[in-house]
Amino acid sequence: MKSGSNLERLLERGEFVVTGELGPPKGPDAEVVKKKAAMLKGNVDAVNITDNQTAIVRMSSIAAAKVLLDEGLEPNMQMVARDRNRIAMMSDLFGATAFGIKNMLCLSGDHQSFGNHPEAKNVFDIDSIQMIYMVKTMRDEQKIICGEKIEGEFKMFIGAACNPFADPFWYRLHRLEKKVEAGVDFIQTQCIYDMPRFKEFMKQVVDLGLHEKCKILAGITPLKSVGMARYMATNVSGITIPEDMINRLRGAGKGNVANEGIKIACEQMQEMQEMEGIAGVHLMAIEWEHKVAEIMEMAGMLPRPTI
Amino acid sequence: MKAFEPKIVAFCCHYCALTAADVAGKMGFQIPSNIRIIRVLCTGKVETLHILKAFEAGADGVVVIGCKLGECYFKEGNFRAVKKVERVQSLIEEVGLEGERVNFDFVPGPEPRKFAAILSGMNEKVKSMGPDPLGQ
Amino acid sequence: MIVAERKSFSEILSMVENYSKIIVLGCGSCVTICMAGGEEEVKILASQLRLAFKKDKKNVEVEEFMALRQCDDEYMNDPTLIEKVQDADVIISMACGVGVQHATAFFDRVITDRPTRIVPALNTTFMGANLDTGIWEERCVGCGDCVLEKTGGICPVTRCAKSLLNGPCGGSSNGSCEINKDTECAWHLIVERLKALDELGRIKAVEMYKDWRPSHNGGPRKIVREDMRL
Repeated sequence: MKSGSNLERLLERGEFVVTGELGPPKGPDAEVVKKKAAMLKGNVDAVNITDNQTAIVRMSSIAAAKVLLDEGLEPNMQMVARDRNRIAMMSDLFGATAFGIKNMLCLSGDHQSFGNHPEAKNVFDIDSIQMIYMVKTMRDEQKIICGEKIEGEFKMFIGAACNPFADPFWYRLHRLEKKVEAGVDFIQTQCIYDMPRFKEFMKQVVDLGLHEKCKILAGITPLKSVGMARYMATNVSGITIPEDMINRLRGAGKGNVANEGIKIACEQMQEMQEMEGIAGVHLMAIEWEHKVAEIMEMAGMLPRPTI
Repeated sequence: MKAFEPKIVAFCCHYCALTAADVAGKMGFQIPSNIRIIRVLCTGKVETLHILKAFEAGADGVVVIGCKLGECYFKEGNFRAVKKVERVQSLIEEVGLEGERVNFDFVPGPEPRKFAAILSGMNEKVKSMGPDPLGQ
Repeated sequence: MIVAERKSFSEILSMVENYSKIIVLGCGSCVTICMAGGEEEVKILASQLRLAFKKDKKNVEVEEFMALRQCDDEYMNDPTLIEKVQDADVIISMACGVGVQHATAFFDRVITDRPTRIVPALNTTFMGANLDTGIWEERCVGCGDCVLEKTGGICPVTRCAKSLLNGPCGGSSNGSCEINKDTECAWHLIVERLKALDELGRIKAVEMYKDWRPSHNGGPRKIVREDMRL
């Protein structure tokens, strides 16, 4: 066992896992985290805690992860390369294990120019792939980067992101391969809408046997409106939304668009369960945490399996 | 009190501008005494520094008169002059002078009336702006 | 070369407005090429200063001088220049940050009765190339450990907004960096170039953590060429 986390055990057992996501508050109010946690508890197997997402200052991922742990859920701590150097990262990772955080994701992080402090100096001491390698070395060799032994036992189940439709498109498979080579245990993709194109991508992944070396979770974000769909397709790299999906939303009629969006998401989740190489789904119900239970119910994925 | 007579420097290109000036002269048009004409081969030869020096020497306004864009005898000279004039406008604005004290204008060929109009126009404009606050 | 831009006139004026003998000292090297502090720019700034002081009815002397390079003693060791500097109240150096500092140290060595007051007219920005008339872009951040051979001649440390060393992040879109559509994604350029060179194998293996010690990471770096010293 790499960390013995709930997520790891379920994946090991071959269960189709579902992870959720939680954005910490723009301040120290732990109650906000607890409220969101309550909506997700029992409805997903583990919860991603974002790390100053979009470079906007929020409660740290490690702190919010601890709050979540205390509420009885399993956090996936996120760590971006933008704000911490290797020293701070290794230090926080020690702290994470000390708290009982068993899953984490290694990410590049949105550039600080997107956030509320564009004038800040960024770090980017190591990149996301080097981070994966670092955490793997810490866990499998019990050594930090400089080679010194770690005092005590460090454990972590290592995750990373994959954006299969970002540019250069032909290179994305190579990048995934590199993350696997660096030692990643699980991957969460950017939210998928173009299912045929995703199937194509997964075929190549399976051909390379990458799905056997790491567990791949497909990203799903239910669409609340046509406006949201258009916004994401225009502004978020790697997101393409097929016209017929947009038409479906439009055709749903006033007041019913969000429900149609949820229906589509559920259908996608069913389809993902049948897709070769997909070990689970990462459900990103952005600012819609209260809908997660409903979505999971409609998709027929409750109750969640237990160890 | 004597009315304000602005000191104006007009950089005129040898081709369109001065030809127009010549014809104007033959038609009886008098160039006002407060306007100093400086002949240049092409307005493209007018340097940023020439215009700044004109203001340093006490000019209240400067106009650069050349051929119509696209009809410059030297092909691009007047385009460059337009760019330089824009540059000088920001440089003098940085110092606290109105950017409109310097301008580029063109005469489309030996058109004496247009030439005269440019000069009187500049005269009026600078008069309304008042003397160069850096005046002697 | 070093690329710099002139500060706003108001900022420069505020540094010297209380003085009456000013020298504007230009530099004939990098800042001449990037049209920020060369002979023409010296004359323009001096002219602007004279106009501004005339406006406030101040009697100020503004002199103009050029040095071929302000970052080398040999090019500063001009008796006329030194004499003028000795007489002046303040020197506006139109050199890059290196030149301003070196000129300050130089004059402090040769003019010993009082320290020379030198102010910078430029904001020094980056080491870059001239892409087209009036356009310069950063190309090197001086990391001290050049990786260009591995990346097809395109620098990821400089040109990638996150200095990534293992390929493009998920924000790369249509060949552009996520922070600005007009900025090319360095890794997009690199993978395309390596593909064309048939060298994609170079970036198959994980590129290890960079040692940032040779980069600007702790005070001023120094090179001493013992083989060149007498």
